[in-house]
Amino acid sequence: MIRPLNHIPDSCAVAIVGAGPSGLSAAIELKRLGVNDVHVIERESAAGGIPRHCGHPPFGMREFNRIYKGPTYAKKLVAQALANNVALHLDTTVVSLGRNGLLHLSSPHGSAELLAERVILCTGVRETPRSARLVSGQRPLGIVTTGALQSMVYLYDKRPFRMPVIVGSELVSFSALLTCRHAGIKPVSMIEANDRPTAWNLSRLLPLASGTQLRLNSSIQRILGRVRVEGVEVIDRNGTVSTESCDGIIFSGRFVPESTLARLSHLDVDPDSQGPVIDNFGRCSDPAYLAAGNLLRAVETAGWCWQEGRRVASTVHRSLEGQLPDSGEYIRVIANHPIIKYVLPQRLSINEGSMHSDTHPVQHHQLQLRVSSTAKGVLSIVSGERTILMKRINTLPERRILVNLPSSTRDMVDDTIRIDFNPS
Amino acid sequence: MAVRPLVADIYDVIVVGAGVVGCAVARKLTLEGARVIILEKGLDILDGASKANSALLHTGFDAPPGSIEQRCIADGYHEFLKIRQQLNLPLIDCGALVIAWNEDEHDKLESIIDKSHANGVTNTRIVSAREVSQMEPDICTGAIAAVQVPGESIIDPWNTPFAYLLQALSNGARAERNCEVTGGEFDGIHWVIDSSCGRVTGKCVINCAGLFGDELNNRLIDEPLFNIRPRKGQFVVYDKSAAKLIRSILLPVPGERTKGVVVCRTIFGNLLVGPTAEEQQSRVDVSVDKSILNQLTKRGEQIVPALSGHSVTATYAGIRPATDSKDYHINSKTDLHYISVGGIRSTGLSAALGIANLVFDHYSKLGEPLDPLDPPDRINWPQINSISEYDKRDWQCDDNGGIVCHCELVTQREIAAAMTGPLAVRSLDGLKRRTRVTMGRCQGFYCTARLCELTAGQFDRPLCVSSDT
Ligand SMILES: Cc1cc2nc3c(=O)[nH]c(=O)nc-3n(C[C@H](O)[C@H](O)[C@H](O)COP(=O)(O)OP(=O)(O)OC[C@H]3O[C@@H](n4cnc5c(N)ncnc54)[C@H](O)[C@@H]3O)c2cc1C
Ligand SMILES: Cc1cc2nc3c(=O)[nH]c(=O)nc-3n(C[C@H](O)[C@H](O)[C@H](O)COP(=O)(O)OP(=O)(O)OC[C@H]3O[C@@H](n4cnc5c(N)ncnc54)[C@H](O)[C@@H]3O)c2cc1C
Repeated sequence: MIRPLNHIPDSCAVAIVGAGPSGLSAAIELKRLGVNDVHVIERESAAGGIPRHCGHPPFGMREFNRIYKGPTYAKKLVAQALANNVALHLDTTVVSLGRNGLLHLSSPHGSAELLAERVILCTGVRETPRSARLVSGQRPLGIVTTGALQSMVYLYDKRPFRMPVIVGSELVSFSALLTCRHAGIKPVSMIEANDRPTAWNLSRLLPLASGTQLRLNSSIQRILGRVRVEGVEVIDRNGTVSTESCDGIIFSGRFVPESTLARLSHLDVDPDSQGPVIDNFGRCSDPAYLAAGNLLRAVETAGWCWQEGRRVASTVHRSLEGQLPDSGEYIRVIANHPIIKYVLPQRLSINEGSMHSDTHPVQHHQLQLRVSSTAKGVLSIVSGERTILMKRINTLPERRILVNLPSSTRDMVDDTIRIDFNPS
Repeated sequence: MAVRPLVADIYDVIVVGAGVVGCAVARKLTLEGARVIILEKGLDILDGASKANSALLHTGFDAPPGSIEQRCIADGYHEFLKIRQQLNLPLIDCGALVIAWNEDEHDKLESIIDKSHANGVTNTRIVSAREVSQMEPDICTGAIAAVQVPGESIIDPWNTPFAYLLQALSNGARAERNCEVTGGEFDGIHWVIDSSCGRVTGKCVINCAGLFGDELNNRLIDEPLFNIRPRKGQFVVYDKSAAKLIRSILLPVPGERTKGVVVCRTIFGNLLVGPTAEEQQSRVDVSVDKSILNQLTKRGEQIVPALSGHSVTATYAGIRPATDSKDYHINSKTDLHYISVGGIRSTGLSAALGIANLVFDHYSKLGEPLDPLDPPDRINWPQINSISEYDKRDWQCDDNGGIVCHCELVTQREIAAAMTGPLAVRSLDGLKRRTRVTMGRCQGFYCTARLCELTAGQFDRPLCVSSDT
């Protein structure tokens, strides 16, 4: 039997799934725009998302013009949401998505349904765990991701080990290092497969001075230990294998969108971005659903996600007012070179008609993309035989690339546009 | 070392080993009226071969006709179907397809049908390539034909044996974990068993030590009776999003040595590819190997091409207690009041209840009459909490305490329940097997910290400790 949950209505104008930076900013902005009936559903017992357990700066520049540590930043956002009378439902999980905005929920009180005119999915990203990386070895205690470590350290004041290795050298790997330091944990080394750290930033590298060895051109070949982690076998580029003693492993980074809900639902999911397919308004393949934040792709900063939340709020507002073009007609955007990891949005709404109102000037179509390895050359945006735009790039992997397209889709002669890449 | 008696009682039966076989044997003998104690060396039950398998309930259609194994599987299968609702054990009765991918395999299908008929599984039939693709539209088009085996099913590999043992306990049996049997003597009337948790006296010993069966025989009766040849099987588990790609259990046509790689759903709503068959020395090393896992994903994607768009949730390996010969080794030493149940290599989950019946036959010949728990309404039937993806789950019910593990939708109430009661879990592994916490796609990214808190002080090997210690 399905019973109502505490305070959650049967229906509402807008339901937001996830109270991280993107979900909270969307909620706040909707309130500011005068949309009243906004409900944020959050499965944790506190709102704020990932920054709640990132006990280090810099958060908040874009949002508050100041730099905070993650937990303070999260508190600020939540306070702002509450000040704007956003309805926050904690300890409540959205279990599945139905057509036209029908959400199935679970809370300590049982299950319920909520029918929302619009749903904004803001469920964020997580890291790739050991299993999905297919790492060899047994399954001893002491293998975690950065997120799990941060939660233990910053939310519960616990630690799972004393001298782990860190796998990866993305920004978040350095957060792992800082988290360890905070908890008195001494990582023995940081293991990176490439010949340089993915996050190349000297100030971030400083913690290495504290005795953690950076092992480039290396990867984990096998986990040693049966009950607890006892070490790792590390193989370098020349095939030399060495054993590193440690009592834990932090698998850091290799972010993936937490797109479970979309995957298990009727929504289209992009195999490249691994998030839901969206159009330039943030609408999913069922236009009752929109998406924002890192769910869209891995991975941007909190500030970027916050901004996406705001932007999607304004399109939700317009769509509730009937001011968005129909979502059924669109141009597909496809990456046409293997080096392109993903491109967003995956669809451009054909923007003739009601969009050209004076109050809501047409936005430029902005494409976001990333490359999977260092890339130097020319990106071209091609529709049919026509090249709409060329852009020279010289970039490292995991860097955001933005391409502004002309606002009108009139020049786009074909039903798809392709992103080509010619290295130079 | 001073050895204190564990309890003053004399048990009718001492079962050594709480794998699926020991659990079923303890249940059967308890329900027949014996006072039973089961001794398990692991922190939790199911710590050996039974910790990792494909979780298929076999009909025995392809077992060697006339073997003890075939008899036990057939009996165990029917017994499972008979009792499963009383214990609330979940099952997916999706049936299997033994698929021929080439002409050689095609040639073997008739003999598979003949064998299944000889084994009493009479509803098997050959289905054409067209039927196969109608039944399983997402599998690759290369299938030539298949044998359909409607009875093959999917069950819960851990809560099933847990329920067997729980029923034994709720009818008077006793279980000791963290209790390794190190030796013992039979004085003509009684067995006095030495264990890491004390001395236990009983009238009969049943060795259900699985991967250590030969070692235990050596310890107790000075001869191994058989030699365990550990055979590892690795698996890849895909995300729940992949489960919709298939319906049936997809079995290969068996080769000379192994059953080959199976693709099937799990009761938890995932999709499983495996196992391999790798001889090894170690009886405990359940390492996975990257190159093998890659082969498995490749094989999986050959059979179900759309799998390539789905992510891997987990990888694991189990070890079969295989021996030099193919059949089970179930022997009794009547003069020693000793029954050895060994070499239950790759079908023990299905056969366990049948093995238990056979063990009871052996026991009956020892001349130790029992007062059966009769009438049947004296028997307690504890209902277990089903965590099948296809049943109603606790998160759908009132007062569940909230979801802790978001990927597997495990509630706080389910975790609390697993940590109390007669078989309260004592390790993370035990908790995983009972509830599936941290076994989903994020593997603990979201819930490990919360779990540390919820299990603090409960486990010998804590997930984490306070930062200031
Ligand atoms: C370990 C880690 C460290 C990071 N460190 C930094 C950093 O230092 N600086 C930085 O700028 N960025 C960092 N990031 C990136 C981070 O994703 C962004 O900072 C930001 O949190 C993204 O905001 P979001 O709203 O998209 O998602 P999130 O902050 O992830 O919020 C998603 C929210 O949705 C909730 N949710 C998910 N599914 C459901 C459901 N089914 N029902 C109900 N609620 C649900 C979650 O509980 C969560 O609260 C880090 C990410 C990770 C994983
Ligand atoms: C890869 C794989 C796939 C499989 N797939 C299936 C399947 O789909 N269907 C099916 O029916 N079967 C399957 N099986 C087979 C099934 O898992 C085994 O047959 C079954 O688990 C054997 O159980 P057991 O109780 O005999 O042994 P175990 O599970 O090894 O139990 C023995 C127990 O005894 C304990 N023990 C040992 N020595 C001592 C001692 N001295 N003192 C105290 N305790 C001791 C151990 O700790 C252990 O818990 C599979 C097996 C594998 C490995």
